[in-house]
Amino acid sequence: MTSDTHRAIDAVWRIESAKVIAGLARIVGDVGLAEDLAQDALVAALERWPESGVPDNPGAWLMATAKHRAIDQLRRGKLLDRKHEQLGHELEALQRSPEPDLHAALDDHVGDDVLSLIFTACHPVLATEARVALTLRLLGGLTTEEIARAFLVPKATIAQRIVRAKRTLAAARVPFEVPRGAELAGRLASVLEVIYLVFNEGYSATAGDDWVRPALCEDALRLGRILAELAQQEPEVHGLVALMEIQASRLRARVGPSGEPILLLDQDRGRWDHLLIGRGLAAL
Amino acid sequence: MRFMIIVKATKDSEAEVMPIGPAWEPLFAEMAKYHEELQRAGVLLDASGLQPSSKGWRIKYSGGKRTVTDGPFTEAKELVAGYTLIQVKSREEALEWTRRFPNPALEDCEIEVRQLYELDDFGPSESVERFRKLDLA
Repeated sequence: MTSDTHRAIDAVWRIESAKVIAGLARIVGDVGLAEDLAQDALVAALERWPESGVPDNPGAWLMATAKHRAIDQLRRGKLLDRKHEQLGHELEALQRSPEPDLHAALDDHVGDDVLSLIFTACHPVLATEARVALTLRLLGGLTTEEIARAFLVPKATIAQRIVRAKRTLAAARVPFEVPRGAELAGRLASVLEVIYLVFNEGYSATAGDDWVRPALCEDALRLGRILAELAQQEPEVHGLVALMEIQASRLRARVGPSGEPILLLDQDRGRWDHLLIGRGLAAL
Repeated sequence: MRFMIIVKATKDSEAEVMPIGPAWEPLFAEMAKYHEELQRAGVLLDASGLQPSSKGWRIKYSGGKRTVTDGPFTEAKELVAGYTLIQVKSREEALEWTRRFPNPALEDCEIEVRQLYELDDFGPSESVERFRKLDLA
């Protein structure tokens, strides 16, 4: 296998995984199972694509493959009963509808599905650190190893945290949906807390030798931007994104050449990132 | 890391042909959809179209002298008609996103992708610091 294809598949995964997992979770109603199915599809891609090349619509390929895995599992009776009916309907529709219609139907759902995935991964039934790990994994497309490296904890700890989080969600029968009405405010706060926590860990690292870890800030910004696009009517989301963009604009001015911290008043303003400042002000 | 997707100029873009009307509609819709996807994925930083070179000018430096030359300039392929700025995790991710960039014109054209320097790419030195300031001014 060429490592070029391997890296291309990694990139596709980072771009598509949240959408694929979210789409599957809507069908099977279980985030953990959805991720397993998506991972199976990824393994299939790793086997297939080095020879066939990356397909034109890799996201649709992963989704279709994962759905076929779901059918296989269904046949082997591995799925829980309550999911059978729902899955059956979806799969029938999948077989009936010609490809382009299916893609259009998937596209229509994508925004809501991803938003549901964010709310599920950040559900208050989970401890904060579990929410953080699950969100980075399911929505940030980070591997367990990358999350472990970012938070300087052993890989096994993160893996365990994610497994337990999925089990907790299943046991609590957390519905896969965007909360509405009175519930929304509290649930949104739970999401924003996770995003800001990731950002803060990057902005003023509490562990390790580095004073800042820009990659984590970028992950948080990315999550925040996704949320701002999907939940445009929520002012608090834009507030958080504005705060992060403006703080991140000073990221590169916060450390000196040998990694020492530089306080705000001593910072070289020429090193502030004016694009991010502009974006931050625009978000307000 | 950040990448700039540079859309090269075409005869149409240089002639200030506005991308409106039935012929442009599918192209415009695809372009909007692509940028929506970038936005939804949290990777879009900025995007703009540039007015034709006939409205711009160049300043040439030669032996301590500078000369202003008004547009238009020839060689459309060497001119820029627009850009999209994205922030991604890896070069491969940028490549994958750009592979999906819709054809931006009704005629033959090309886009070019370049990675932006991050300040960390330069070693610490006084003159590099001064260049950085110039860069951001």
